Amino acid sequence: MVSSRTFSVKRQTGFGTIALLCFVLLYVPIATLVAYSFNAGPSIAIWEGFSWRWYIAAWNNQQIVETSVRSFVIASIAAVVATTAATMAALATTRTRPYRGLNFIYGFINQPLMVPEIVTGIALLIFFAIVKIWTGYTGLGYLIVAHTAFCIPFAYLPIRARLENMDLTLERAAADLYATPWMTFRKVTLPLLWPGIIAGLMLAFVVSLDDVVITELVKSGGQDTLPTYMLGQLRRVVTPEINAISSVFLLISIVIVTLFFFLNRKQT
Amino acid sequence: MAVDNPPLTRAAEVAAAADRQEIRNRWFLASPALFIIFFAAIGPLFIVLVFSFLTPADYGGVVWKPSGQAWFQVLFQKDIFDDTTTFADAHLSILWRSVKLSFFTTLIALAFGFPTAYFISTRPEKSRDIWLFLITIPFWTNLLIRTFAVQEVIRNEGIFNTLLMKLGIISSPIQIMFTDVAIMLGMLYVYLPLMVLPLYASMEKLDFRLVEAGYDLYANRFQVLRRVIIPLVKPGIIAGSILVFIPSLGAYVTPRVLGGGKNMMLGNLIELQFGQGRNWPLGAALSITLMAIVMIALMIYVRSAGRSEMRHG
Repeated sequence: MVSSRTFSVKRQTGFGTIALLCFVLLYVPIATLVAYSFNAGPSIAIWEGFSWRWYIAAWNNQQIVETSVRSFVIASIAAVVATTAATMAALATTRTRPYRGLNFIYGFINQPLMVPEIVTGIALLIFFAIVKIWTGYTGLGYLIVAHTAFCIPFAYLPIRARLENMDLTLERAAADLYATPWMTFRKVTLPLLWPGIIAGLMLAFVVSLDDVVITELVKSGGQDTLPTYMLGQLRRVVTPEINAISSVFLLISIVIVTLFFFLNRKQT
Repeated sequence: MAVDNPPLTRAAEVAAAADRQEIRNRWFLASPALFIIFFAAIGPLFIVLVFSFLTPADYGGVVWKPSGQAWFQVLFQKDIFDDTTTFADAHLSILWRSVKLSFFTTLIALAFGFPTAYFISTRPEKSRDIWLFLITIPFWTNLLIRTFAVQEVIRNEGIFNTLLMKLGIISSPIQIMFTDVAIMLGMLYVYLPLMVLPLYASMEKLDFRLVEAGYDLYANRFQVLRRVIIPLVKPGIIAGSILVFIPSLGAYVTPRVLGGGKNMMLGNLIELQFGQGRNWPLGAALSITLMAIVMIALMIYVRSAGRSEMRHG
């Protein structure tokens, strides 16, 4: 009986139900997707028993292997470069009195988060079309540069958060003991900052791996990444093979995000 | 001249020079990030602006001849036979659909997100992280895959229709795919975490003594919600709404997968101009239009966030 319960000021009628419904609705589509990746039949509607068939099919599909490798190459390079640049930028914008241009730097770094992806995508499409005519270069570089740019704000956020919570006294102590600024950085700041950098690197990697819109617009012929390849496939008859790739992709993202979660949790 | 200065000023001068050096170092450290973002995000936007004032070439690309044609075409069209000018109905209806669907997506996301964020923020401290984590997981997984997952549920042969048919509620599947409703459901699913997270951030700071005071003054639960909780978490409501509205407005993948070819949104219309449309200046002008709407939304956000901060801060 509701009335016999102790009165809680935090309770709101029906909120718990809506919240739980929300969680269920959030996970039902993902669960369905994963379930049908194990379907023995060729349909994503009729269940015909459990099998690894579609995972094996995906593994043997040359295009899937090729586009996955490309996705990982782009994401790795973009994440490392973006995280390096973001770490430097974070060092430049924290633990200081406000100086002229500080807000400008903030705004600049967060800009890729403000502009709709489709706009950035076509802007790069136009810009790279011009550069291609000038230089004649048509390699993966364009995609890597584009990914690096939109990864920077994602890498920047956790690193900056980590720096802001860091204790300045340790660095002062190092300086008092005649450490050079570089040594202080190497031996004190960097080890303390490391979890933030790893977190930034992981976020950047996931964000790059997941990108569809900008990649779709920037890529030249034969430069499909796994997501753009899937986008192309969705137009045709869909088999559980797509579910199988999606499930693997989901698993990778979830593992990385879980690691990120525990890494962040340990700090606080 | 420095020699003539008294020692104190000299010291101040040295300090000022050190300060300048420090700021220079900071700019130097920030420069790689600034350079990459300028080169591959901000700079190209100016080129888009320039291209919106050029003449389209026959097979994509542009002719370097200034023209206001593209901006004219955003809203109007000329009849090819008698040269009469009419509103470009196709563009207007797509623009309207984008705004309408984004608005309803935001509204429904708020209706679901608010109770969810409240639920999480009233859990015991330890389990809050886990609930929050469950909200963030889908957010960090691929947008295309999540859209595809929605498609699997709402398709005619999907589990939603199958379930309803097995229960005998409907006799033939409801066509949801390739309708505006499908796009809206997809965007709702994909962007819901963006509503919950900022809402949670402001609810977490909620001082429940104020809620208690409300009850002490004989308010009922609904009155407390409306007169105490909602005003206090207003910054979160605004932030969440903006975070859902903006990406919905620029959505490309979700309408493409769930809406099919007919139910386009602004993002698809823009892309079309660079593909089959072969009208780059029009695509550029439409992009600037989208940017302008986003900027207006952001400005409303900054102003109202500033105002409520003044009131509560």
